Amino acid sequence: MIEAKESPSLSPLIQIEGLKTYYPIKKGIFSRTVGHVKAVDDISLNIYEGETLGLIGESGCGKSTIGRSIVRLENPSNGKIFFQNEDITQYSNKQLKPIRKNIQIIFQDPYSSLNPRKKINDILSEPLIVHKLVEPHEVQQNVDQLLDAVGLPRSYKNRYPHEFSGGQRQRIGIARAISLKPKFIVCDEPVSALDVSIQAQILNLLKDLQQELNLTYLFIAHGVGAVKYISTRVAVMYLGKIVELADKTDLFNHPKHPYTQILLNSSPLPDPKLRNKERVIIQGEVPSSANPPMGCRFHTRCPYVQDKCKNEEPLLTGFLHTVACHYPLG
Amino acid sequence: MLHYIVRRLFIAIPVLLGITILNFCIVNLAPGNPVDMFIDPNTPQQLVEAKKEMLGLNDPLIIQYFKWLWQLLQGGFGYSFSSFAPVTHIIGERIGPTLMLTSISLTLGLLIAIPIGILSAVKQNTRFDYIITGLSFIWTSIPQFFLGLGLIYLFALHFKILPTGGMLTIGGDANFADRIKHLILPVSVLTIAIIGKKIRYVRASMLDVLKQDYLRTARAKGLHAFIVTNKHALRNALIPIITVFGMEIPLLLGGSIIIEQIFQWPGIGQLTMQSILSRDYPTLMGLNFIAAIIVLATNLFMDILYFVADPRVKYN
Amino acid sequence: MSMTDIRVNPTTRIMDATQMIESELEERYTQQIIRRFRKNRLAVAGLVVIILLIFTGLFAPWLTPHNPNEVTAVFSASPSTTHLLGTDQVGRDVLSRLIYATRISLIVGFITVSIYVTIGTILGLISAYYGGWMDMIVMRLADIFMSFPYLMVILVVVSILGSSLTTIILVLALFSWPTVARLVRGSVLSLKELDYVKAGVALGLSPARIMFSHILPNALGPIIVNATFGVAAAILSEAGLSFLGMGIQPPTPSWGNMLSDAQSLTVLTNQLWLWVPAGSILLVTVLAINFMGDGLRDALDPKQ
Repeated sequence: MIEAKESPSLSPLIQIEGLKTYYPIKKGIFSRTVGHVKAVDDISLNIYEGETLGLIGESGCGKSTIGRSIVRLENPSNGKIFFQNEDITQYSNKQLKPIRKNIQIIFQDPYSSLNPRKKINDILSEPLIVHKLVEPHEVQQNVDQLLDAVGLPRSYKNRYPHEFSGGQRQRIGIARAISLKPKFIVCDEPVSALDVSIQAQILNLLKDLQQELNLTYLFIAHGVGAVKYISTRVAVMYLGKIVELADKTDLFNHPKHPYTQILLNSSPLPDPKLRNKERVIIQGEVPSSANPPMGCRFHTRCPYVQDKCKNEEPLLTGFLHTVACHYPLG
Repeated sequence: MLHYIVRRLFIAIPVLLGITILNFCIVNLAPGNPVDMFIDPNTPQQLVEAKKEMLGLNDPLIIQYFKWLWQLLQGGFGYSFSSFAPVTHIIGERIGPTLMLTSISLTLGLLIAIPIGILSAVKQNTRFDYIITGLSFIWTSIPQFFLGLGLIYLFALHFKILPTGGMLTIGGDANFADRIKHLILPVSVLTIAIIGKKIRYVRASMLDVLKQDYLRTARAKGLHAFIVTNKHALRNALIPIITVFGMEIPLLLGGSIIIEQIFQWPGIGQLTMQSILSRDYPTLMGLNFIAAIIVLATNLFMDILYFVADPRVKYN
Repeated sequence: MSMTDIRVNPTTRIMDATQMIESELEERYTQQIIRRFRKNRLAVAGLVVIILLIFTGLFAPWLTPHNPNEVTAVFSASPSTTHLLGTDQVGRDVLSRLIYATRISLIVGFITVSIYVTIGTILGLISAYYGGWMDMIVMRLADIFMSFPYLMVILVVVSILGSSLTTIILVLALFSWPTVARLVRGSVLSLKELDYVKAGVALGLSPARIMFSHILPNALGPIIVNATFGVAAAILSEAGLSFLGMGIQPPTPSWGNMLSDAQSLTVLTNQLWLWVPAGSILLVTVLAINFMGDGLRDALDPKQ
């Protein structure tokens, strides 16, 4: 895998090398492993301080798995994960504890990400207390500040999650994620489950917090709009592999991978004048990630497929704007 | 599906082994020893020791365990300490009456509880429903021995229409009517206990099935039409119900001890009591083991049945 | 584009008014449950009865007219003004014995359940959370213990170990933990996949904290219901054991051993006061607990 240099000069905050997360498929009387679901198949990525790396792809392409693997909620089968040049891939839970302060995650479903039995106050103060970040008498102050930071009234801390709407719950989830003052947050489709009007508010909140607290984001989504709004760079994933990676404007204006083009085209545009007269329609269904196609994984659905695509797997090549395709567009 | 069965059987083996070990441990915790039970205190110590040696009681426990296990694998439980007859023989004699009680009660229970439970669900919140629910509560709560005593008092002593116990009238002819008369009370006690529990379960299952939208319109057409047009739904609800009845078997085995005591029924329940009192270890171990096997087999069978009915249920 | 138009004021962060849903029912979870429970009159009646029984057990010495172990009068005397429920075959006052027997039943019921629910919950939690070998072993153990017919094996063990109150409680608990463990394991297996549990892991919380502070409170419902019915089962088991002569031994009074006398046909026919009250109060107790348990189950799981 040719690791193309993306942004020069800065050392990456998070580095992923050859990450593979496979889930075994067990069959038979003795649960023999007959195959693997290759959720993440050999991915290398650098995430630089201060940026927002957007990650888009269809459902099931493995993007959530990458996010969770970084936070070590999933265990990688192979490869390495570095945080500030420290190899955290094989760390035990105990070793991870100090690192966890720096790497946090915001979940997609606001209705299952908060413990229904705990008051907001308890949810937000718990991490502070466990990591001994503040003196006991300062805890309440901190909780108040967290609520301020996400735009919720302080009085809310004595209520329970079920009393709040989806958008409010996500704010609480965000407050929890920033409570430990992390450097890096995995945003795992944080707005996908919200109404469109609320999505904008949450995205803006995330942007503001990024500036104030100097955060770095991995922003995972399957919808193009949110990613476009918040990201600085964008990576496109297909069936466990990254197929294109570029600065946002570059990617959206000059997509090089056929899949990217199709993905961008399939999101609805309100302005009729901007709509393409010619739409490229994607064919077929997503192949199983247990048995990905030979050669280029996308070849079974690619409208521009050629012979080479069926046999040889393309590698990520390029400078600043990388793409994995034998016949890139443009 | 074959995979599932084989897997279940495979898992059952260590459990079986564990059962034998636990069984052995239990029975051998006893402080006294059976020889002391039926000798004259004046018997010279040597004879007592000889007897103990003969019965293998002086070997270390581990040896005794493996001896027992070996015997078991060859198909025997050894010999009773009190009657010296083979344990398998003794249990074999007594298991018939218990099985008779158990199977009749279970069948009756099924036949009564299912229709009434369904009816109760269909007529939810009517007077009928309230009465049935109330009755089923009482029937689950009443201690079996109290119910048994009460029924004996009422029907055998007060109204004098049924016998007080035993399987047959002593000195009378063992005709069918006599047998039935003797069966009525004990079976009633067991059956009432079963239907008390199961009516509520059937009712609840039925309510779940009934709640589904597509059935509401069918209901509006009347009960008969409902059953006719929705046999499929009923059948789906029925299989889990039947499996749940199977779960009653272990409880019936335990309950038989009390019932057989009250009604002087010569089954394995009574045998258990006698073996306990006389510290007849081999018989006790045999009884325990057989009971555990029956429970294990029943659970296995019910699991498989349930799996057949609803393949979405995966092992674990 | 539509989304860039709605901005949040960065300095004041005032939210859109439509989002501020003032919850009218600022009820805590427990308050909701209590409210639902209270609607069920039978359940409340059951609770009242149990409270009365506890009261009776606690204040037994002040409530009993006679000493339950003292031979006060003619044996097997029928009810009279001095002995409201007559005397037993040795001459002790039945009513006093009945009241003192309340203590036995309640103690057996509550203590047994406390023990096995604790053990079962902890084992189920650990088993489900860690999985792997731990899970395998605990579940096989549970299978083994559950394979023996409850009453039968308890009878055998108690007959061997002796029939003191402690032994009875411990043996009953020993064979009751598997059901709870399975129940808890089932709940935890599904709960541990929820995002808020994952969030706990991501925040670096210790497994113990996650298990007991996050998962367990959400699994309590079925445990409580099971425990309630378990009290009734334990009381019935002790009564059964005592009835067979293997449980609480006289002179200590237990409803079960009071009923044991009725195995004689004369007592059964002619001396109703010796057994009907004991059986009736047993029935009422179990009934009350069952009503309560049913009410709790409905209150905790509102799928009406």
